[in-house]
Amino acid sequence: MARVVVDVMLKPEILDPQGQAVQRALPRLGFEGISDVRQGKRFELEVDGPVDEAALARIHDLAESFLANTVIEDFTVKVEEGAEVAGAAK
Amino acid sequence: MTARIGVVTFPGSLDDRDTQRAIRIAGAEPVALWHKDKDLKQVDAVVLCGGFSYGDYLRAGAIARFSPVMEPLIDQARAGLPVLGICNGFQILTEAHLLPGAMLGNDHLHFICRDQKLRVENAETSWTTDYSAGQEIHIPLKNMDGRYVADDYTLDQLEAEGRVAFRYVDFNPNGSLRDIAGITNEAGNVVGLMPHPEHAVESLIGTGRTDGLPFFTSILKKLVTA
Repeated sequence: MARVVVDVMLKPEILDPQGQAVQRALPRLGFEGISDVRQGKRFELEVDGPVDEAALARIHDLAESFLANTVIEDFTVKVEEGAEVAGAAK
Repeated sequence: MTARIGVVTFPGSLDDRDTQRAIRIAGAEPVALWHKDKDLKQVDAVVLCGGFSYGDYLRAGAIARFSPVMEPLIDQARAGLPVLGICNGFQILTEAHLLPGAMLGNDHLHFICRDQKLRVENAETSWTTDYSAGQEIHIPLKNMDGRYVADDYTLDQLEAEGRVAFRYVDFNPNGSLRDIAGITNEAGNVVGLMPHPEHAVESLIGTGRTDGLPFFTSILKKLVTA
């Protein structure tokens, strides 16, 4: 079993009021020097069986047609190696 | 003979009964459609109503867009079936790419509920012929994700082709680009808007005016004279 991570972000030209609200709160919390925050979504997909090229292609289609709305969002697909042991190793 | 107009209920739909009532008041026959229906029961038109279909999880309208009922609806809308999307229905239509652009959270991040002034920019769609171009109307608006966005090319194209059907007047309630409240497809059979005409069909409630009723009388006239 492996984990595939799909990150979805609003395109750079799309206004992100949520990110702006987070950014504006930072000075109040004592965090200085952060000029911009943009908020996105992360999907963790636990895949049965091998994550081969065909599986990745299917996940790419899924991300493009469903997880992201490509009118307003960009996405990336990444395989997370050894996801199931990452927690224990630390 | 009167027209049969379907109203789809998704899990989380809120305004299906009000929409059915508006259709009845206009003189047409409402037909309840369920999100799992695989056919449209031979209706003459469909309204996708407001609410929070599937909790609006992922994005507003994104999961509803893949319900079984949407398959025949998308096919038939492309072939000319009149479809009106109100609020969540508008969001579903953009997610289904029957209308261009996308809907995002209001720029002020708050839910909004108010009487909204609109200008009817296109009185030639299947759903707007009982208005006149330039007419100003008052219709309730209530939503979380009402910010219409599209790239400049798409916006310019919509403007050039007269496909901005409704524009907010005096106050832009959600940060929609170019004050766009509603749009139509090229053929004029698919129309979507954020404000709720079905809540403005009786003088007793809503804005106290019946400015929303012409949506439903427009489509009725079109269907019975077709």
